[in-house]
Amino acid sequence: MIYSDKVMDHFANPRNVGVLADADGVGQVGNPVCGDMMTFYVKVKDGRLSDITFQTFGCGAAIAVSSMVSEMALGKTLAEAMAITNDKVAEELGGLPKNKLHCSNLGADALHAAIKDFEDKAAGTKAGPGPTIGDEHAGHEETCCCPYCDGPIEGMEDVCSCHHCEIDLVECPACGKYTNKSDAACVICGAALVPAPGEK
Amino acid sequence: MTRVYLDHIAATPVDPAVLEAMLPFFRERFGNAQSLHADGQAAGEAVEEARASVARLVGATDAEIVFTASGSESNNLAVKGLALAQRAKGTHIVLSAVEHTSVLNAAKSLERLGFTTTLVPVDGAAAVDPEAVAEAMTSKTVLVSVMLANAEVGTIQPVAEIARLARSRGALVHTDAVAAAGSIPVDVAALGVDALSLAGDQFYGPKGAAALFLKKGVRVLPLIDGGIQESGRRGGTENVPAIVGLGKAAGLAAARLDERAGRARTLRDRLLDELPVRIPHVRVSGHRTCRLPHHASFLVEFVEGEAMLLSLDMKGIAVSSGSACTSKSLKASHVILAMGVDHASAQGSLVFSLIDGTTAADIEYVLETFPPIIERLRRMSPLYTQFLKENQR
Repeated sequence: MIYSDKVMDHFANPRNVGVLADADGVGQVGNPVCGDMMTFYVKVKDGRLSDITFQTFGCGAAIAVSSMVSEMALGKTLAEAMAITNDKVAEELGGLPKNKLHCSNLGADALHAAIKDFEDKAAGTKAGPGPTIGDEHAGHEETCCCPYCDGPIEGMEDVCSCHHCEIDLVECPACGKYTNKSDAACVICGAALVPAPGEK
Repeated sequence: MTRVYLDHIAATPVDPAVLEAMLPFFRERFGNAQSLHADGQAAGEAVEEARASVARLVGATDAEIVFTASGSESNNLAVKGLALAQRAKGTHIVLSAVEHTSVLNAAKSLERLGFTTTLVPVDGAAAVDPEAVAEAMTSKTVLVSVMLANAEVGTIQPVAEIARLARSRGALVHTDAVAAAGSIPVDVAALGVDALSLAGDQFYGPKGAAALFLKKGVRVLPLIDGGIQESGRRGGTENVPAIVGLGKAAGLAAARLDERAGRARTLRDRLLDELPVRIPHVRVSGHRTCRLPHHASFLVEFVEGEAMLLSLDMKGIAVSSGSACTSKSLKASHVILAMGVDHASAQGSLVFSLIDGTTAADIEYVLETFPPIIERLRRMSPLYTQFLKENQR
């Protein structure tokens, strides 16, 4: 098995799955391009996280990470919860495969986004309900990020790359989003990246 | 717990008769097939018998079969070897967008040497249009490579028609038949190809033994320079036990092809028919009828492939997925994306591929086990929640 027993336990029996209709804060990270997407819902009472639920679209690691984060943060003060890092979550799970450490290990980020949403609303800097599902993904339609890790893209137009993934990126002629330069097809829209006639 | 193995496309079990045929070549018949003494000759004869058996499976002559160590090696030898041998004639290659990575990446290596590649797109069923291949060709095209069947979605390509059009325009034609050979009838003359890759681990032979058919008179530049093995086309001491196993497996496949395919097709059709009925928002990926007989593949909406794979594995069922998370590179399958499937749906790719030992009870077990798994994962899925919300409106 590629995963630790603890990861498999959290995958098979995830804690705190669901949607909180009356959540005080909602946060979401990831997108289906990467393969993982997490939504966290929090209730806050007397400065502590009195309830946490999540929904996750993703692999075994992503589901286990979400479950683990919800367990670690439940009952904690907001400051304590904000101190939980993705690395601590992976550690608590007995480690994650190296290639999952980045893409799937976003649980703490999603939790922090939910807490931030609560704080913004409490401070009145944000009117109305928290970000609805889909907002995060909508943001990614801006061609700003690496299609794999959501990280910033370095360089301009023709020559750009993602430092984290160590790949060169190119704008897809079909959908205009960034995709892996060395791929045969656009990672976002699937259009074949056919070189122009006579061009290599 | 009983295991239900439905991952033919990854590996088939070695047939007991194949293993028996191999064992003497680890023991008393251990000689080097090139040695002139009796021990060497005993091994050498076995290699030639295996060659004849593989040749019969695909309708080739013995001398047209080159043994390699894997389907990927056969594909590399074909793409690089044929293109480089014709470099003086032209430097353009035409491939389909759904080729195996061993073909696509071999072409990428050639691009560094000055070749250019055109990828021919596929339709929603991953099928290649022969006319599109012809249109992609230029006066510089020296090689066309389109697979016979796709392992991820099962689609069988119109290779005979593609080969006819390509050869009439002066290019050599290679087909990657690794997923097809041993499972469906393959005849190199009927296909009209110049080169064809096959691998024993796809038809109950051992891993580490594969072959490339190279039509008589077709020049190839070897990847492995060395001695006189394989008529100078592939250096290196022959892996005699594995080659013997490949030969035995080819003989069994030729004899049992129809029976195997018929049995698999009946069981497979039950999966293709029933799963989309029992689980909403599930569709068959690839071509419904032009499909490998043992192959059932699906796109399951709102859930990710690895989560399905792990859940099935916990229930004793082994399958494959083309999702980003199951690939070590964390990229969604280029095959599914080339079919025009959106990224979220591409993550829900799952392949059930049957083997000889698959029973009707196994299939019923899958049909009972899979729906609750999907239900559980969808309850966890923000994409499904979003879908339900949108449909309420």
